[in-house]
Amino acid sequence: MTLKDATPGMTVKIESLEHSSLKQRLMSMGLIKGTTVKVLPSAPLGDPMAISIRSYNLSLRLADAEKIQVSAL
Amino acid sequence: MATLSVALTGNPNTGKSTIFNELTGARQKIGNWPGVTVDKKVGYTRHNDRAISVIDLPGTYSINARSPEEKIVIDYLLEEKPDVVVDVVDASNLSRNLFLTIQFLEYGIPVIIDLNMMDEAKKRGFKINTKILEQQFGMPVVETVGRSSKSIKNLLGVFTDTVMSNYHHSSLIEDHIAKVQEIAANNKNKEQVEEEIIALRYALIDQIIAKSVITTDVGASTSEKIDRIFANGFLALPLLLLLIYAVFEITFTWIGQPMADGLKDLMSDSISPWMQASLVSLGVADWLKSLIVDGIIAGVGSVLTFVPLIFTLFFCLSFLDGTGYMARVAFIMDPIMRRAGLTGKGVMPLIMGFGCGVPAIMGARALDSEKDRMISILITPFLTCGAKLPIMALFAAMFFPENATNVVFCMYIVGVVMAIIMAKILNITTFKDEESTFLLELPPYRMPDMKTVLLETWDKGKGYLVKAGTIILAMSVVIWFLSNYNFTGPTEDMSESFMASIGAGMASIFAFQGFSSWEAGAAIVTGILAKESVISTIGILYGVADISSEAEEAVNTASQLMGTSMGASFTALSALSFMVFSQLYTPCVTAMGTIKKETGKWKWVAFAATYTFATAWVVSLLVYQIGRLLGFE
Repeated sequence: MTLKDATPGMTVKIESLEHSSLKQRLMSMGLIKGTTVKVLPSAPLGDPMAISIRSYNLSLRLADAEKIQVSAL
Repeated sequence: MATLSVALTGNPNTGKSTIFNELTGARQKIGNWPGVTVDKKVGYTRHNDRAISVIDLPGTYSINARSPEEKIVIDYLLEEKPDVVVDVVDASNLSRNLFLTIQFLEYGIPVIIDLNMMDEAKKRGFKINTKILEQQFGMPVVETVGRSSKSIKNLLGVFTDTVMSNYHHSSLIEDHIAKVQEIAANNKNKEQVEEEIIALRYALIDQIIAKSVITTDVGASTSEKIDRIFANGFLALPLLLLLIYAVFEITFTWIGQPMADGLKDLMSDSISPWMQASLVSLGVADWLKSLIVDGIIAGVGSVLTFVPLIFTLFFCLSFLDGTGYMARVAFIMDPIMRRAGLTGKGVMPLIMGFGCGVPAIMGARALDSEKDRMISILITPFLTCGAKLPIMALFAAMFFPENATNVVFCMYIVGVVMAIIMAKILNITTFKDEESTFLLELPPYRMPDMKTVLLETWDKGKGYLVKAGTIILAMSVVIWFLSNYNFTGPTEDMSESFMASIGAGMASIFAFQGFSSWEAGAAIVTGILAKESVISTIGILYGVADISSEAEEAVNTASQLMGTSMGASFTALSALSFMVFSQLYTPCVTAMGTIKKETGKWKWVAFAATYTFATAWVVSLLVYQIGRLLGFE
């Protein structure tokens, strides 16, 4: 499934990132294959979403989260 | 001994700027890196009789030359080769922070690893063994708690000429660098290479952290708990609106206005009469006296009364920014902003636009993409800045006495609505094919460092003071001259002055808007120099010489003005039309100068100047003509 499908409270593992202009930036920020990500509650309107990764919190738009393949843990 | 050069680097949100401010205090200068709109912060300090220069390089997550900030950092370090490079690391967030550290080492740049925010790391359950960390990297590791002067002294103690030469890459790092070079050599596909290297770096980081950090689970952090109310739930948006309302209340009602009143009283009760009296006793010529008192003091004085408002607004915004709340504002507002053709991160710069357009235009630097930056810059002039407020307040008090506050509020709305419409148009036309991106770190909530907040407030607000001292001063002289002279010399009757001719020329295009008097035209022309002048020009030309350009005073002045020819040359409808025009037309020269600085191109200045004028002309025309059709006059 994609990161967009993951709901708040879920912990997932990153499998791959689709090619996009954001890909390298996301990877530099620590979103690489094998990394564990915890989904935090989203913004009140549902978008953007927030994740806890490598001991910090990052928010990204659902459209970009859709390009990240993850597996449930 | 030569000055020791120190460079501060690191991720954003690591307290790097707090350390810079603690090290250099008021002995710092903020300029620009050549050719780009990125702040260049340089400061000085002394320690043990040694002069130390400190440069605060832009915070970056990596150095891949993908953004101007990243390029500045790596170019500076490679070309200037400072004596000491400090990599400020957020100790409560080691993993991502060390990514940059490793990149520096790959470039052969030795760094002092400054573990900052050690107190927060402890709270988050991280126990870091700095000795092991030092061994793993082969680089010195220092612990600091940003605001503590003891740890700053500690840090200063490490700054010596030889500190870097005592350290060499550990074998762990050497191996890593060798692997990186191998990957780069064996693969032609640059992207693939970069991605493999990124994975390699994090693998190394995981290894290092496993050896040097003991983690205890402390459950959800306090910040996450606060966020459940302020960033996630249904209360988030109402709370945000409440906070913004509070900022405006504090600025305009509680602090700003009383201070402004005090200043104004000082000007009119003490300074102005004193100046008059001194000039009389010095036997100064009448024209010079008039120039100084009616021209300069009135003109500059009107601007100075704004200064408390501006500084209070920026203080509040800087304070909120320092707590980390501004990131939440962007987080919550992003989808709403996107509907309007903008981006969540753009909220703060635009809010600043309600104080003064200049820092608002500069604030667009914080936005991620070129398109977001340009659109924000171009729509800022539509907002009701502090200088436009008295225009609205005065006309509303004069022509809509029953509904003055509502009318003024409507003007704010007009500005916001036009800004949104323009943003959408720009999205579909000029910037159609460009992308808007959004990646935002949500830092933990913190108590802001007051030194940093005050320095930032000063930095953003001082531009306004400079404007008062230069442009407004010069312009007050010019307006005074143009209104009191014509080709035959000094003139008693202003309607025969230069200003009258210029005003009449401008006013001729406003036949359909209902305000084609030469006085209105003159006010519009001077308003391009500074919006405050619209009111002072009107005051001078309609004969209320000491018209105060403060909102609250408007009611008193209103009754004075109604009795003059102004009451006769405007009707309620044409006054409304004039207000709309003033709200939307060409930004002041200071704002235009800022647009040139931020965009680097005159074409954008020309575009901003003309499209705002055209929009203002059309909208004010619609207001007037539709109003007449509906029977208002």
